[in-house]
Amino acid sequence: MQTIVNLFRNNMREYGMVIALILITGLFFFLSDGVNLKPLNLTNLILQNGFILVLAVGMVLVIITGNIDLSVGSVVAIIGAIAGVLIINMNVPVWAAVVIALVAGALIGVWQGFWIAYVGIPSFIVTLAGMLIFRGLTLYLLDGQSLAPFPDSFQKISSGFIPDLFGSGGLHITTMVLSIILSVVLVYLEFNKRKTQIQYQFTVMPLWVTLVKLVALILVINWFAYQLALNKGIPTVLIIVFVLIIAYTFIMKNTVMGRHIYATGGNKKAADLSGIKTKRVVFWVFVNNGVLAALAGLMFAARLNSATPAAGNMLELDAIAAVFIGGASMAGGVGTVIGSIVGGLVMGVMNNGMSLISIGIDWQQFIKGMVLLIAVGFDVYNKNKG
Amino acid sequence: MSKFILEMQNITKEFPGVKALDNVNLQVKRGEIHALVGENGAGKSTLMKVLSGVYPHGSYEGSILFEGQECQFKNIKESEELGIVIIHQELALSPYLSIAENIFLGNERHSGKVIKWQETFSESKKLLERVGLKDSPETAVMNIGVGKQQLVEIAKALSKNVKLLILDEPTAALNETDSENLLKLLLDLKKQGISSILISHKLNEVSAVSDSITVLRDGQTIETMDTSVERASEERIIKGMVGRELTSRFPDRNPNIGDVLFEVKNWNVYHPQHSDRKVIDNVNIHIKRGEIVGIAGLMGAGRTEFAMSMFGKTYGNKISGELYKNGQQVQANTVSQAIEAGIAYVSEDRKTYGLNLIDDIKHNITLSNLKRISKNTVVNENQEIVEAQGLREKLNIKTPSIQQVVGNLSGGNQQKVVLSKWIFTEPDVLILDEPTRGIDVGAKFEIYTQINELAEQGLAVLVISSELPEVLGLSDRIYVMNEGRITGELMRDEANQENVMRYMTGAGGTSHADNR
Repeated sequence: MQTIVNLFRNNMREYGMVIALILITGLFFFLSDGVNLKPLNLTNLILQNGFILVLAVGMVLVIITGNIDLSVGSVVAIIGAIAGVLIINMNVPVWAAVVIALVAGALIGVWQGFWIAYVGIPSFIVTLAGMLIFRGLTLYLLDGQSLAPFPDSFQKISSGFIPDLFGSGGLHITTMVLSIILSVVLVYLEFNKRKTQIQYQFTVMPLWVTLVKLVALILVINWFAYQLALNKGIPTVLIIVFVLIIAYTFIMKNTVMGRHIYATGGNKKAADLSGIKTKRVVFWVFVNNGVLAALAGLMFAARLNSATPAAGNMLELDAIAAVFIGGASMAGGVGTVIGSIVGGLVMGVMNNGMSLISIGIDWQQFIKGMVLLIAVGFDVYNKNKG
Repeated sequence: MSKFILEMQNITKEFPGVKALDNVNLQVKRGEIHALVGENGAGKSTLMKVLSGVYPHGSYEGSILFEGQECQFKNIKESEELGIVIIHQELALSPYLSIAENIFLGNERHSGKVIKWQETFSESKKLLERVGLKDSPETAVMNIGVGKQQLVEIAKALSKNVKLLILDEPTAALNETDSENLLKLLLDLKKQGISSILISHKLNEVSAVSDSITVLRDGQTIETMDTSVERASEERIIKGMVGRELTSRFPDRNPNIGDVLFEVKNWNVYHPQHSDRKVIDNVNIHIKRGEIVGIAGLMGAGRTEFAMSMFGKTYGNKISGELYKNGQQVQANTVSQAIEAGIAYVSEDRKTYGLNLIDDIKHNITLSNLKRISKNTVVNENQEIVEAQGLREKLNIKTPSIQQVVGNLSGGNQQKVVLSKWIFTEPDVLILDEPTRGIDVGAKFEIYTQINELAEQGLAVLVISSELPEVLGLSDRIYVMNEGRITGELMRDEANQENVMRYMTGAGGTSHADNR
C-alpha cells in the first residue's frame, strides 16, 4: 500500500491533470445529460481541438527551452492565407500548396529563431513582433477579405475520416481493428518496460497495479474507438495528432536532441559548458514550432473552409495555456508532450462542454482563466511544499 | 573617550555544521588604518558582515562597541547611521545611473518627494574633489573604469559621514597606478580623522599603509601587530596567516609520472568587457601523464579565467597561444572541440555551471557525452542506467537511486555527480576548479581519493584551489599565479605554505623578471 501512496505522491503532476480531465468530463456528462460523450460530440471534440493540440506540441518544446512563442496565432492566419491564395486564386495543386505552406512555416521559424538564438533578443519581444508582422502580412495577402471555398481534397485535412476497408455500412470496422491493435501494443510495451525494470533492479509497481492501469486504459481506448466507430470512424485529425504525440514523445525522451532541449532549458550555462550548442538548439526548436504552427494553420483553414484575416486570433494563448496546465514551467527545463496534450484536452473538453450547456462566451473566458490559474497555482504549491 | 573607535569582543558565529568565527577579538584605534589579513575562508568577510549588521544582532555571540557604545545592529542601515560603511569587493553601483545618483542612492537629497538636483550635483562635486576624481558627476557609472568606480564608492561612503570605512579587497581588480592612488587616498582620509579597516591579500600594500594588523586563521584571532612603530615584514605576516599543521587529510599516493601529456604555450587572454585589460599574461605550463599539478593563487589571480579560456574559450577574448597534447597541437575553440580533444573542466560553481539541478543524476552524468550511449542519436536508456549506476557506486554518491533529482543532493554528492559527469567523457586532461568548495571533510577525502585514482590511470590532472593546504596536499608540482602571471613553480618537496604564499602575494621577487 505504501508504494501506491508514494507512487501517487511522486507523480502528482502527471496524475493530477489526468484526474482533473476525468472529473471535468464527468461534470459535463452530468450537466449536459450525457450529450458530451455521444459519438457525434466526441468526433466534434477532436475536430474542434486538433489544431490546438498540434500547436501545444510545438509550444511545449519552446517553453521547455525557457522561451515563449506569441506569434503562432498569426502564423496560423498567414499560412491559411498562403494556402488560400495558392489554391483558390492560383489553382496550385493541393499537395504542392501544402508543401509550400509547411516550408513557409519553417522559414518563419528560421526568421524568429535567428533573432532569438543568434542575436539574443528575448523570445517574448521577437514573437510579439512576429504576432503583429504576420497578422499584417495576412491582411495584405488577403486584402482584408476572406477567401473561400477550398476544394474538397483540401477540406479532407480536417474533416476526413480513415476509409473503412471492411465497409459494411454500419459499424466502422477498421476503427475497431486499429483500436485492438493499439491495445495489444500497449500491453506488450508495458510488460516489456516491467521486464527491463526488474532486470535493472528498479522498484516495480505491484503487478495488480500495472494490470488495473492497463485494463482501465484499454477500456477507455476501446470504448472511445467504439463511439467513433458508431459515427464515421477515426478522423484524419486524430491520426495526425496521434503520430505527432508518439514522434515527439520519443524525440524528447529518447534522443540526444531531446536531452539537449531539456538541458538547455534546465540550466543554459551548464549546458553550454557541457558542449551543447544551446543557440542551435533554440534555433531549431523555433523552426520546428514554425512548421507545426503551419500544419495547424492548414488544419484550421481546412476546417473553416476559408482563409480569413482574423483566423487563429488568440490561438497562441490556448496553446500556451495547454502547455502550462500540462505541468510545464515558465523557467524552462520542465514539461512533457503528453502533459501538454492532456492540458489541451482539459481546455477542449471545457470549451466543448460549456458550449453544449450554453454558457456564454463571457463566462467561458472567465472559467478558462480561473482553471489556468488554479492548475499552475497547484503546481507551484506542490513544488514549494516538496 | 576610549582610544578605540571599535571593539569587537569574543565574537562567535556559527553556521549549520561550521564555526565560522570562534571568539574573535578586533580592536581598531581612532584614526588608524587597521589591516585584516588571513587566508580565504579564515572568517574576514564573516566578521565584517557581523559588524555591518548583515548578520543581525542575535545571530552571533559577543559584543560590539562603537565609540564606546554597545551596538546591536539589525541591518546595514543601522550601522551606516552610526558611520560604519563597508565597500565590498563586488562594487554595489548601479551602472546606468550617473555618479551623482549613485553617491546619493538610498540617501537622496530631496524636499518632500522631489529630488533636489542642484544640491545633488553640487555636493557630489565636493565629494568627488575629496576623493580626487575629476569626472563630471553626471557621467554614467558604466562609462568609468573600475578604479574610478572604487573612488565613487568611497565618495558615497563620505556622503554618509563615515567614521569607520571598511574596504574588502579594494585593489583586487585594480591596476598598479589605480591601486597606488587608492592607498594614497586612504592615507589622506586618515589625516581627516577617518579610521579604516583594510582587508587585503596584497601583503605589500598591507605592510605599506597599515598601522596595525590583525591576523585571522580558521575563524580565530591569531594576533594583532602594532606596526605604527615598526613595520611588519611580509614574512612575518605570512607566518601568522598559515601557521597550521597539515594533518593527514589527504590519502597516500605513489605518483607514477610519465612524459609530458598536456602543454600550454604563450597563453594570453584579455578581459571580455575591458578589451585592453590583460587577464592572463603569457602563461606557459605543462602537465605530465599521471601527474597532479596544482595552481595556487589568490582570488582574482586569474586561475579560473585561465582554465575557462583553455576550455573551449568560454572566458575572455583575444585569446592567443597554443595547446599541445602528446606533442600534437590541438584546437579547443568550442566546448565540444575541447571535449573531443580530451579536455574536461569541472567548474568551481557546480550549481551555476555544472549541473541541471532540476534533472536527475543519470541525465546529468551522461549529458556531456551522450554519444557514448547512443546510436543514430537515439539514447540507449538501459545502457545509460548501467553506466550511471557504475559511476554512482565508484564515486560513492550517497542517494537511494540515480533517478534522484540533483537539486535535492548535498553539496558533496552534487560535486561527485559533476566529477562523474566529466569522468564519463573519458578525458585525458582533467581540470578541477575548486573541487572541494563548500563540502564536508569526509566527502573531501573521497574526492581526493578519486583524483589520485584518476592520475594513477594516466590522466593529467590540474587542480585549482584557494585552499593552500589542499594544493600542497594533492599536487606533485605547483604553479603559483599572481595577477595573471605564473610567478613561481615548485616541486612537491620544496613547496611549503610560506614560499607559496610569498609567490601568491606577488612578493616572490625572483620570478618577477617579466614584470615590465
